[in-house]
Amino acid sequence: MLYIVILFLFASITLYFLLGGADFGAGIIELFTSTDNKHRTRKTMYQAIGPIWEANHMWLIITVVILFVGFPDIYSEMCTYLHIPLLILLLGIIARGTAFTFRNYDAIKGERTQNLYNHLFIYSSFVTPMFLGIIAGSALSGQIDPTAKDFAHAYVFSWFNWFSVAVGLFTVALCGFLAAIYIVGETDDVNDIKRYIKKAKVSNIAAVICGGLVFIASEIEHVGLSHWIFGNAISLVAVIAATLSLILLWFIISEKRNRQWIRLLAAFQVSMILISVGATRFPRFVIFKGGGSMSLLADHATSNTINDLGIGLLVGSLFILPALGYLYYSFRWKDR
Amino acid sequence: MDDFIAARSQMALSLGFHIIYSCIGMVMPVFMAISHYKWIKTKNQVYKNVTIAWSKGVAIFFATGAVSGTMLSFELGLLWPGFMKHAGPIFGMPFSLEGTAFFIEAIALGFFLYGWNKLNTWFHWFTGVVVGLSGIASGILVVSANSWMNSPSGFDYVNGKYLNINPLKAMLNEAWFSEALHMTIAAFSATGFAVAGIHALMIYRKQNVAFHTKSFKIAILFGAAAAILQPLSGDISAKGAAKRQPAKLAAMEAYFHTQEYAPLVIGGIPDTAAKKVNYGLEIPGLLSFLVHDNFKTTVNGLDKIPVKDQPPVAVTHYAFQIMVGIGTMMMFIGILYFIALWKKKEWLTKAWFLKLFIIATPTGFIALEAGWTVTEVGRQPWIIQGIMRTSDAVTKMPGIQYTFYLFTFIYFTLSVFVIFLLKRQIQMVPELYDR
Repeated sequence: MLYIVILFLFASITLYFLLGGADFGAGIIELFTSTDNKHRTRKTMYQAIGPIWEANHMWLIITVVILFVGFPDIYSEMCTYLHIPLLILLLGIIARGTAFTFRNYDAIKGERTQNLYNHLFIYSSFVTPMFLGIIAGSALSGQIDPTAKDFAHAYVFSWFNWFSVAVGLFTVALCGFLAAIYIVGETDDVNDIKRYIKKAKVSNIAAVICGGLVFIASEIEHVGLSHWIFGNAISLVAVIAATLSLILLWFIISEKRNRQWIRLLAAFQVSMILISVGATRFPRFVIFKGGGSMSLLADHATSNTINDLGIGLLVGSLFILPALGYLYYSFRWKDR
Repeated sequence: MDDFIAARSQMALSLGFHIIYSCIGMVMPVFMAISHYKWIKTKNQVYKNVTIAWSKGVAIFFATGAVSGTMLSFELGLLWPGFMKHAGPIFGMPFSLEGTAFFIEAIALGFFLYGWNKLNTWFHWFTGVVVGLSGIASGILVVSANSWMNSPSGFDYVNGKYLNINPLKAMLNEAWFSEALHMTIAAFSATGFAVAGIHALMIYRKQNVAFHTKSFKIAILFGAAAAILQPLSGDISAKGAAKRQPAKLAAMEAYFHTQEYAPLVIGGIPDTAAKKVNYGLEIPGLLSFLVHDNFKTTVNGLDKIPVKDQPPVAVTHYAFQIMVGIGTMMMFIGILYFIALWKKKEWLTKAWFLKLFIIATPTGFIALEAGWTVTEVGRQPWIIQGIMRTSDAVTKMPGIQYTFYLFTFIYFTLSVFVIFLLKRQIQMVPELYDR
């Protein structure tokens, strides 16, 4: 049952990245869209994410619940040493979630209020995935120092370091990339499609550059990322698959080809990156300075709890997955 | 500010706001579904307008409720890592089920809000009902997690270790039913009165009277019925507290000395040092009767509880008095409404009658917050009754006062925005629905 729970944990993280991440990307794309096209882009984005918006972000809740029920020691360590980035993440989530709803449900569409909502939405769309990346980078890179004596070393440098920040930027770029690819399929206007394809290519290049930054930062901070990846068969295969799919994507992306395939390919690519990272460190989930770590296979709740949690998740997914599938089908598939 | 006090204040603030957003978010979909049903059956356009108008309110409250709930799921760990480390595996069951219910709610809401003219009429209606049902289920599950803190079960506590954990037993602890019942009824009465009050105001101002009259009726039917039922569920809760948390009950009643014919103290100013209540109205024997159904039976007072295990008496007592006082008043207003509905139809349009409901708009939520204060402050100094002290659960990160200030700012800003948006929605009723 432990493995089922772990599977759900990784599946929730991946789905949050692929679906919620694309939502973040929508805001990031908006940030990098010229004023002339902003309105059109926003409208297309809204049509795309409106009905599925709230559901996409539920994966984060599922992730958190799995962590605190199934892996309470890991959860409380993360909450203690990564308090500040988690707090900033929360601020981003609040600003985004409310701004997105408010701008749609403000009965009077005044220019000033709409501007305020848009700004909140756009900047929080950048900050939130940035800090998600920072948190992930910090947990995995061995920068958390439980023996630190002063505030800065215990609670600030645990996450404020080159590697974590680089992972943050990489996450932002990936979200932008996902959104740009997804949105290509959302419109039938040829000019818009061209514009979005260009955005997708630019964000893809940005993601590759940020990915490079992550490797450079890993050398600076002595994280040893390349060592992890090339030392683990699954990670290596996943990285190669991601790279190949990237090349394939550049070949097939165009206005006329089947745009659903590009989406799947982009989602595949990002999943491969997540799998590669997950596999290198598995079963370790939080790594401390000096080599100590917390493991999903060792630092879990008692087997009774894990069993009940696993059953709960299995039963829950029997309700959630068909309903979610039908939601996507009704609004994302049937309409076109 | 002391870090511990700051953490407690931040948690109280977060829950205090979340409870409002989430109660409205779980009850309004029910109103919405009723109105939707009336529209499908009667084809009266007014009902459709009411449904759409309310669904916008639901969307706003769902979004704020969802983000404030997300915040809470993190704050549990950010502020109380010592608690979550041990409690997570024990009382996590309702949280994982709540995650499912909440997910279903979000999916159903997507269908409902965007399903007009797209989905089959009855399927569309059904998705609205699912929003309401899963919202209520979420509420009950979260409250059952809280009731575990009041009535811990499903584990053995041996030499500081938590052994033989049984999450299902923890979820179905002794207090879950009474707390869930009391909270659900409170959500209906508070939201019913608040929604009805706003529509009463618009009727009083003679704006879109048909629209607001129909809205008023649906909301107050639930609000009034719930307000009339609430004292009964309160009685169940008080008896439960007497059994499981005698310190809480004694603090609620500011009842210092164990005695026979225990009096019920109404109002008054508790003097903890002198162990007495000044200016209160004492009714001899009534507390004994309420707790044990017998005027003579001894009720244990605060003198039976070590001082270090006593909750703050004054706050608990005042909050309890406010809750009961307002609750009783709401019950009478509820009865008045049913008299008007069945016997005195002419009252329904009278200015005094409408004014009564306008004044009563916030009362349910004041009582709700007071009740929440009773249950949380009354449990202190424990975070898990009798097992773990709140002060042992708090994070070791210093500087929590700053995050408390930050969260205070955020919650107030968020609430200002929500009120602003609702005001604009109501303001636009004539233009949006008077075609």
